[in-house]
Amino acid sequence: MSRLMPLFVFLALCGLFGFGIWWNTQHDQHEIVSPLIDKPAPDFLLPELGQPMSTVGKASLLGKPYFLNVFGSWCIECVHEHPVLSGEVKSLGLRLVGLNYKDEPSDAMNWLHEHGNPFDLVITDRDGRAGIDFGVYGAPETFLIDGKGVIRYKHVGPITPEVVDREFRPALAALAKEGG
Amino acid sequence: MSRYGRAQGALLQRAGNGQGPAAEGRSAPRARQLLAIAFMLLLPLLSIAQAIQPLPFRDHAEELRFQHLSAELRCPMCQNETLADSNAPIAHDLRRQIFEMMQAGRSDAEIKAYLVDRYSDFVLYKPPVEPKTWLLWFGPLIVLALGGLVVAIQVRRRARQNPVGNVPANDTEDDW
Amino acid sequence: MIPELGQFALVLALLLALVQGVLPILGAWRGNAALMAVARPAAAGQAVFVFLAMGVLIHAFLVYDFSVAYVADNSNLALPWYYRITAVWGAHEGSMLLWVFILNVWSLALAVLSRHLPTPFVSRVLGVLGLIGVGFLAFILFTSNPFLRELPMPSDGGDLNPVLQDPGMTFHPPVLYMGYVGFSVAFAFSIAALLGGELEQAWVRWARPWTNVSWAFLTMGIVAGSWWAYAELGWGGWWFWDPVENASFMPWLVGVALIHAQAVTEKRGSLPAWTVLLSLFAFSLSLLGTFLVRSGVLTSVHAFASDPRRGLYILGFLIVVIGGSLLLYAIRAPRVATGKPFAALSRETGIMIANLLFTTAAAMVLLGTLFPLIGDALNLGRISVGPPYFSFLFIALMAPAVLLLPFGPYLRWGSAEGRQLTTLALRAGIAAVICAIVAAFVAQGHLRAIAGIAGAVWVAAGTLSYILKRWREMPRGRRYPAEMAGMLVAHTGVAIFIIGVMLSESLSVERDVRMAPGDTQAIGGYVFRFDGVHETQGPNWRADEGTVTIQRDGTTMATVKPQKRTYSRGQVQTESAIDAGLFRDIYVALGEPMQATDVEGAWALRLYYKPFVRWIWLGGLFMMLGGFLAAGERRFRAKKAAATAAVPAKESLA
Repeated sequence: MSRLMPLFVFLALCGLFGFGIWWNTQHDQHEIVSPLIDKPAPDFLLPELGQPMSTVGKASLLGKPYFLNVFGSWCIECVHEHPVLSGEVKSLGLRLVGLNYKDEPSDAMNWLHEHGNPFDLVITDRDGRAGIDFGVYGAPETFLIDGKGVIRYKHVGPITPEVVDREFRPALAALAKEGG
Repeated sequence: MSRYGRAQGALLQRAGNGQGPAAEGRSAPRARQLLAIAFMLLLPLLSIAQAIQPLPFRDHAEELRFQHLSAELRCPMCQNETLADSNAPIAHDLRRQIFEMMQAGRSDAEIKAYLVDRYSDFVLYKPPVEPKTWLLWFGPLIVLALGGLVVAIQVRRRARQNPVGNVPANDTEDDW
Repeated sequence: MIPELGQFALVLALLLALVQGVLPILGAWRGNAALMAVARPAAAGQAVFVFLAMGVLIHAFLVYDFSVAYVADNSNLALPWYYRITAVWGAHEGSMLLWVFILNVWSLALAVLSRHLPTPFVSRVLGVLGLIGVGFLAFILFTSNPFLRELPMPSDGGDLNPVLQDPGMTFHPPVLYMGYVGFSVAFAFSIAALLGGELEQAWVRWARPWTNVSWAFLTMGIVAGSWWAYAELGWGGWWFWDPVENASFMPWLVGVALIHAQAVTEKRGSLPAWTVLLSLFAFSLSLLGTFLVRSGVLTSVHAFASDPRRGLYILGFLIVVIGGSLLLYAIRAPRVATGKPFAALSRETGIMIANLLFTTAAAMVLLGTLFPLIGDALNLGRISVGPPYFSFLFIALMAPAVLLLPFGPYLRWGSAEGRQLTTLALRAGIAAVICAIVAAFVAQGHLRAIAGIAGAVWVAAGTLSYILKRWREMPRGRRYPAEMAGMLVAHTGVAIFIIGVMLSESLSVERDVRMAPGDTQAIGGYVFRFDGVHETQGPNWRADEGTVTIQRDGTTMATVKPQKRTYSRGQVQTESAIDAGLFRDIYVALGEPMQATDVEGAWALRLYYKPFVRWIWLGGLFMMLGGFLAAGERRFRAKKAAATAAVPAKESLA
């Protein structure tokens, strides 16, 4: 019955909308899924915070997996995630590398002094070029990079205990299973 | 921190997710949610301030090419704006990147590929024509074709009824 | 005035809407005059209480009643009174109240101006409007109450988003809603016709003026929104195919198809099913727009805050209203081909083809707007659909419509005369080609500008040709009946619009420059001189204001003062300075000082030269005017002699 077509199309549309409402409760609409997952992390050579003569490259971080956390002293949400970073994330046992993004080193050092420094190492990306290579578009963002230098997981936004449980732990378990 | 730095900070930070339980009482979390929403709404406003980025183009053609390119790319942060018009610092950085790549002789396709590799297809305003977007690109054509078929059938059915004989010489007032 | 009074008024309005929605339709079904007679008083009552509620809310804003949460969130002590009124509809809850307010404006107008319509029909129409009111009032009371209190009362409020603090924002939503919500009248007419099984198409004649006026308001609302975005958002854009813009554009496109379909059905009695279906689509798209903006299903620059509960409620409402109406259509729409027959070459066919193009365009916009959501549903990843998609396909679909347009008036009803058509085609075609050749020399290779001129001249020449034909052939006073005048004005508006879009898009010049005080820059034949920046102040903002002098051939044409404002709550906004002209706009936006601390030094500026950009909105205004004119057609007005009580008037169509 061709007269029923508009109704059927409309009901299909409503199904789509219902899905959309549900999907929204599960996902952050603004998050861009990184195309770098399961791809080698970009090469970088960045100075350490506070020791500009000493540079750290991707090669020197190979061997064991680590978290790369993008933060800045200007970033308000980074303050909110900081306790979780220092607590739950640190307790996962991986190296924590901080990428100080688009910041003044002196501001960054003051911020770490004020809030505590959970990082095993902090490297600085003052003009954001390394960030572009990582597909960073804001802070905070956190990458899980395995021992071979491959990006295995990315979380956009502040880390909460739920994120640690729902996202990081499974990702680490998968990594452990492979022996990476 | 300079006042411009502070404005920068407001942009770079992640604005909270706009969804929040409406049932939550009126207290700090609600205010923060509203502030976050306000920031999200504000981001386009602040656009001009930093979106204006004078660059040393070699000539007008290069300037046009840059404008065209940055208008075809989406800002990954202020997602409903083009790179040309967004003030987000990432947009500023990406514009600088595009400019440098243009000066280094890269083609438009290479520049776009560079950005897609890092930020996914999402930064392209023009969806690529590939199997997953066939419905998007060819859907309207299909609708047009089906509709055209329906119209043709109806018209033919009508024309086969009594053919209209007389045609008045002038348009009368009512039957124009 | 106590805000609770407003809430109470809404409750009463809801009850009255319920009465208005149920009893008259029941009465029409049963032939019960008493129940049918409830319609008008109930509508009037509902309107009184909704107007009261709106009054209470406006009052709360005007007296800074921050105990009302909505007032506290959207205004503050420094906000001027005219923007405090704007703030009434500046956020979700208030905009919903505005929706219902406008619904009642239309219902009241209908209740008053429908004395000549048969009672069962009017009962059904008002009944449908009542039911729609029930849905919205319940939504407001249960999920979006603007009268909720916030205790303890804050001493000062938040702010109305600075981008909304502009006269355009005061004007744009009410006018847009007049259009959006106005399609509910055409919808109600169609539902009433389906329910009543009206076999004559007289009801279409009654529906036409209401539809034309709604469409005209919607046109004006869209034009106002576009103009406001251009003036306020600071970078020369006037349309972004943003989901919320698309939400208003889809009903507009279907509205165009509807207006033309109504003309066919009213005059020839044919294609009534299409006319009904299009009116259902038009209002459905209006409701859909409401859903899209508030459910958070799509991201948009100007979407209201999202909330899944609200989203679900509106979705449920959509299913009931739209699903119900489409089901009714499937069951009750006329099946037998009625009305006067027509040949393949006729105005009817022309209108059918044009309607197909417009409806497909609306479907395309819907597809593109929803495709990111489809991508998520089918797990295709995040797909981005932007202006390159929409513009390309829109122009591809509209090009045949533009080609068809001048033929419209020349195509006879029933069967068209080929000779007239070829003469027209030659005349308009030659004019278009000549102008295109001239344009090719002047515009030097800008294909879009040339194509734009060709298309616009084609339409304009064709329309002018018909104007002259009527002038020659008809006696004074009968040359241009209102409906025809409306058509001619609106079609002229299309030509103006095409020029505006194509020329401004292809011939604009934009440049980001670094200028120190005293520097000059040449663009588009004008010389811009930057004369430095100083501080200035407004009611709730402070600003850095630049002075830019614009000269041409040595003489100063204008001095513009772009600003960068900081509002009382800290938000920063750019107020671009526009030197407006009929044939070009010059647009200057102030960026940042090149050295953050050196305000006296060089600044970054964006300079634009935009030729013919005002023609975009001028074209829209002509279309709007055409809509209003056509609605004034004598034929549509109430015939005093035809008022009857219970028997549907049998009006002749010829």
